[in-house]
Amino acid sequence: MLYREAGDFKTSYGKDSQTFPLKFDRWAYWLLLVVAFGVVPFFINDYWLNAVLLPFLIYAIAALGLNILSGYAGQISLGSGGFMAVGAYSCYKLMTSFPDVSIFFHVIISGLITAMVGLAFGLPSMRIKGFYLAVATLAAQFFLVWLFNKVPWFFNYSASGQISAPERTVLGYAVTGPLATAPAKYLFCLVFVLLLAWMARNLTRGSFGRKWMAIRDMDIAAEIIGVNPLSAKLSAFGISSFYIGISGALIFAVFLGAVDVNDTFSIQKSFLILFIVIIGGLGSILGSFIGAAFLVLMPVLLKNIMVGQLGWPSDLAAHFEFIIVGALIIVTLIIEPHGMAQVWRLTKQKLRLWPFPH
Amino acid sequence: MKLTKLAAFAVAAVVAASPVLADLEFPSISYRTGPFGANGAEVADGFSDYMTLLNERDGGIGGARVNAVECETGFSAEKTLECYEATKGNGALVYSPLSTAATYQMIPRVTADGIPLLSMGYGRTSVSNGDVFSHIFNFPGNYWTGASVIVNHLLDINDGSLEGKTIALAFHNSAFGKEPIRTLETLGEMHGFDLTLLPIDSPGQEQKSQWLQIRREKPDYVLLWGWGVMNQVAIQEAANIRFPMENFIGVWWSGSDNDVIPAGAASDGYKAVTFHAVGSDFPVFADIQKYVTDAGLSAGDGGNVGTVLYNRGMYQAVLMSEAVKVAQAMHGTADITAAMMRDGLENLVITDDMMEAIGLKGFGPNFEVSCANHGGPGLGAIQQWDAETQSWSLITDFGAPDMDVIAPLIAADSAAYAAENEIASQCN
Repeated sequence: MLYREAGDFKTSYGKDSQTFPLKFDRWAYWLLLVVAFGVVPFFINDYWLNAVLLPFLIYAIAALGLNILSGYAGQISLGSGGFMAVGAYSCYKLMTSFPDVSIFFHVIISGLITAMVGLAFGLPSMRIKGFYLAVATLAAQFFLVWLFNKVPWFFNYSASGQISAPERTVLGYAVTGPLATAPAKYLFCLVFVLLLAWMARNLTRGSFGRKWMAIRDMDIAAEIIGVNPLSAKLSAFGISSFYIGISGALIFAVFLGAVDVNDTFSIQKSFLILFIVIIGGLGSILGSFIGAAFLVLMPVLLKNIMVGQLGWPSDLAAHFEFIIVGALIIVTLIIEPHGMAQVWRLTKQKLRLWPFPH
Repeated sequence: MKLTKLAAFAVAAVVAASPVLADLEFPSISYRTGPFGANGAEVADGFSDYMTLLNERDGGIGGARVNAVECETGFSAEKTLECYEATKGNGALVYSPLSTAATYQMIPRVTADGIPLLSMGYGRTSVSNGDVFSHIFNFPGNYWTGASVIVNHLLDINDGSLEGKTIALAFHNSAFGKEPIRTLETLGEMHGFDLTLLPIDSPGQEQKSQWLQIRREKPDYVLLWGWGVMNQVAIQEAANIRFPMENFIGVWWSGSDNDVIPAGAASDGYKAVTFHAVGSDFPVFADIQKYVTDAGLSAGDGGNVGTVLYNRGMYQAVLMSEAVKVAQAMHGTADITAAMMRDGLENLVITDDMMEAIGLKGFGPNFEVSCANHGGPGLGAIQQWDAETQSWSLITDFGAPDMDVIAPLIAADSAAYAAENEIASQCN
């Protein structure tokens, strides 16, 4: 009854092609933004920031990036962890080389550097596809992690090979380092999420997105109808790496504050992001957020229930966590192979008809 | 009978309900899962069992009960951060993450939050300089003193000269494994031995190529800086190439029972450096048996009591509880805060009498912590594995490291940190 098109007249082309065609969705979207920007910063504490919101926001950015590459352009990548490391180490080098520049620009430039690296590792996609490409990107993962371990210039010759983020500011507010406040860190990441999600949405429904999807669905046919596979695939690799680089820079600078490349940017991270994208829904912006919430927040929730509420031993809970998350992944993929985003799409269709389904 | 039970129950209920002293919170950031879980579990058991013992036998420390809640991290930096944020609000007194990478990440955070951190034999070595690192402690030993004690041992068995010898360092390719390199390089220049670096990627199951290189180059000694599954694989690989075990020396994180047992008889003679005694031949273990294991309160299955890492977890609990006593005496209250705990750690003095009172005479060296020195003297001993009796034994006394070499390294590294983070001198 509430969720319907009726009475919502579109009187211009712009309105006709808007992201949220239903008034209810538009309201929900604006309300979410108001809450996220206007309410949450006043109530956020360190636990909610570091255990829930920051990982959610940052992994959502990474998932958006991989979704552009895998979901929209159909190129499987297992190199996300390595590309995140590029973002993190670029950010570190920039932060320490140009301490007076706002960290905002460092993060953007880290994304651009990662985009360059992504382009280089995207070149093999011209010749190889599918599983073979996945293996080629796996090489990127191992090579990049090895590189950041091996060359001391990247970690400023520190004895331990770790990088740690010094305090840097945006408009006078510290967003990195131990003294940064929870609202500052949160808002900083939220701004990136909003900008990048908005950009991803508009890229994917514009000419870029159409080319990517044509390549994904059938590359030979796409080439015949005039899509240049070189520019389409490379742009997907570049833009995807830009996103993943930004998420890597944020993980390092804002979230963890210190990073050991083996621990934080290992192959596990590549898999995690791939799972987020697959569970959330390939080729869906919303899916990236749902997937991130599912795979990043579910373990925290389960842990709080099992250890905090039920009082189980922490190791038992950790093992159960694996079992439950694993089982949920399998069940989700059996019930809805197109991911959580498809569940939401179906729900929306049902809601439009409710309460008179026939 | 029934009445007494009822009365006892009522008394218990009243005791539980009446406002008692707040608990002393010791969050135990542990890992019992993942590739390092086998080792992490033993440390966590030792820590938790000693804290349980204090509660059961003494009613806590100075009258305040201890609450040591575990938080599982699986050795992941992100989960460690989550555990830290989840527990720091409950009045956590001190942290001890048992991971060098996590320690690096926590150093600025705990300092900003005013909570002390004790990284016993791991973490950033230069935190020994309390003048820069106000809230971080790494007594009684650190990686650089450990490396130096090993080299001193090698000097001893080579009549004081390592000229022309070759030493290979097989290390976990992370902050943890890279820590000793700088010290070993300096010592190498001093004593004239060649150092070969063999990085092994985490978690360390794959190290065939490194051992092939060892087989080819035949170094005189191999040092192992590993943790978890990496140790077992390394010792097995060393056995496979028939590397003489008495020339194979691990850091204290590579010298636990479950590192050597899988290789069976082949691991006989393997050595490791340690900063505390081994075995369960101390009076305190009788108390643990009586109050914890027999009462069914052990954190694990009770089978780890007396293993190297169990002892280390227990030693950590011992040092923390002694620091609590110091803090309670200094501030005249049983219910201490994190800031008081920091004072307690900074003024901790361990003497023979204290260790004897705890029931651990000769378990660890005596030392003194001060504002300028958060690391203690860094004494260490060498332990050797006997595969036949399945036991470790100390083959040297607790010896001092070469502080003339280490002190300048610590000063340089902490000065770099102080400059990078604009930290003023804390002690003056």
